[in-house]
Amino acid sequence: MIEDPRTKLVRHIIIYAILTVGAIVMMVPLLWTVSTSLKTRDKITIRRLELIPDPVAWENYPYLFEARPIILYARNTMIIVVAALFGAWVPCTLAGYAFARIPFPGRNFFFGILLATMMLPYVVRLIPLFLFFDEIGWNRTFGPLILPRLLGHNAFYIFLYRQFFRGIPDDIHDSARIDGCSEFGVWWRIFMPMSRPVLAAVSIFAFSFAWNDFLSPLIYVGSNKDLWTLALGLNALQGFEGDDNSLNLIMVFSMLMIIPMLVVFYFGQKHLISGVTAQGSLKG
Amino acid sequence: MHASIDAKRDNETAWKVRLQEWWFRNRALIGYAFIFPWFAGFIIFDAMPFIYNLYLSFTDYQIGTVGTPPWIGIENYTEIFTDDKLFGKSMFNTLYYLGYSVPLRLIFAFSIALILNLRVRGMELYRTLFYVPSVVPLVAATVIFAGFLNTRYGFLNQFLVLIGAAPVRWLSSPDAIKPSLILLSLWGFGAQMIIFLAGLQGIPEDLYEAAAIDGGTGWHRLFYITLPLMTPTIFFNLLIGLIDGFQVFEQVFILIGTHGGPLQAGLVYMLHVYNKAFRDFEFGYAAALSVVLFLIIFVLTVMLVYTSNRWVFYGDAQDDET
Repeated sequence: MIEDPRTKLVRHIIIYAILTVGAIVMMVPLLWTVSTSLKTRDKITIRRLELIPDPVAWENYPYLFEARPIILYARNTMIIVVAALFGAWVPCTLAGYAFARIPFPGRNFFFGILLATMMLPYVVRLIPLFLFFDEIGWNRTFGPLILPRLLGHNAFYIFLYRQFFRGIPDDIHDSARIDGCSEFGVWWRIFMPMSRPVLAAVSIFAFSFAWNDFLSPLIYVGSNKDLWTLALGLNALQGFEGDDNSLNLIMVFSMLMIIPMLVVFYFGQKHLISGVTAQGSLKG
Repeated sequence: MHASIDAKRDNETAWKVRLQEWWFRNRALIGYAFIFPWFAGFIIFDAMPFIYNLYLSFTDYQIGTVGTPPWIGIENYTEIFTDDKLFGKSMFNTLYYLGYSVPLRLIFAFSIALILNLRVRGMELYRTLFYVPSVVPLVAATVIFAGFLNTRYGFLNQFLVLIGAAPVRWLSSPDAIKPSLILLSLWGFGAQMIIFLAGLQGIPEDLYEAAAIDGGTGWHRLFYITLPLMTPTIFFNLLIGLIDGFQVFEQVFILIGTHGGPLQAGLVYMLHVYNKAFRDFEFGYAAALSVVLFLIIFVLTVMLVYTSNRWVFYGDAQDDET
């Protein structure tokens, strides 16, 4: 069907108008964050809209590092991130591989349990887990934040791996086995290198969930400032130096949390979609 | 000479064959070994807490309770449904939040994904711009909104004043708190948009061509091809949106504090649970509250899944054996 050029033009104008207005609305809070992070203290309490900071206070960025133990927060956060990545790369891939490729009695039963736990809301485990960790003396330590992640306690990652591994043709698996490759060898030499998209996707999830986690650090290490993560530190900054006077520093801190996420997503975005949607994992 | 090489090779092959046989004979054990870390985690972090939580909800476990917590039967539950004013209030607030944020987010995400899927020039840039806010860590997004919505120094009110509208006390007036929370949740619709976009790009082009040959208009294509084929993705986003929405916590905790703001207009259900558990230390009661939320989510999920075969279209794609 050939479209009338005038209709086409009108259609294009409408499309671009919607997209442009929408994109501006979406970007305004971020632009405002950047702008506020570069404002001097007396400029943030001006009650007039001023999007371009004048003067530009670059010194806010180094100043935040003096005012708050950012390096400590970042180190604590990275410990959790590393544990999460280890769990996502080793135990989760092994389990996903077993569910996809190794026939063992009760596999469907165990997989059913796995699917059920994906639907289990966090709230019903919150209190008993807290009491349990408190009982074994792990309250106010990193243990409760690290141990589940090291064990790869995430049904969603295992599910994604399993869906991806199932999509890899049987022949590859079989011929490797016939050539004398062990189950472990097939997993390590063939499946892992072929699984870059799903590995990238799960790594992004693991990184961002660990980076963003707020409730469990709040409950377990909230009262131990030496173990605060970036998220806890940012939240605490809200009441720093009176509510409104530290808006610029809050925005500096926000930028520090946002930039690594942007970097991770920038490098991983092309894998993210293909890794998650491969083999119709969304349809389950 | 040759014989010795052959012997060596035979030896090697024999070794490999034996290893292979060993793996094959023990593959069930290997399978169990591979899933063991997950299964241990499941027992420690899912099954036991789930059962213990159920048990706790029938006890009067509080801070300072030593030994076995006293069993009080369904007393916690009767208190929730007859005495606890905050139960009704927090449930209402949560449903209000859900009722707006879930459908609005779906509509925004789906419409923008549809437009982006038209493959006009510059789409990648627009896709990125819409997606970036959902990459912002939730804590950062929330403190940004706390500033953005600040009555005097926030962007939104200064903008409203600039265009001659009346400023709103976004975070301190009871009427505006829930809309503020909904606004914050809408800012992150990009994640769902990306999932929709991936689904849209998976729709075979020839279906549209066939429709065009049969004289179908754009609307026909939307209602008879795109929407039916997208129902699994819509269903997925709806389900996840509801389950997450019922457990909304961090945004509210950071934005308006544990009390839920003036008139507790922002007291969502999870905040009520959190307060009972970690401020009042009434663990038994909080456990009962969490069980109620679990049951609500569970029933809703089952109902959604059950009714989904009426409107979710899985096409002729064969689900191969698990």
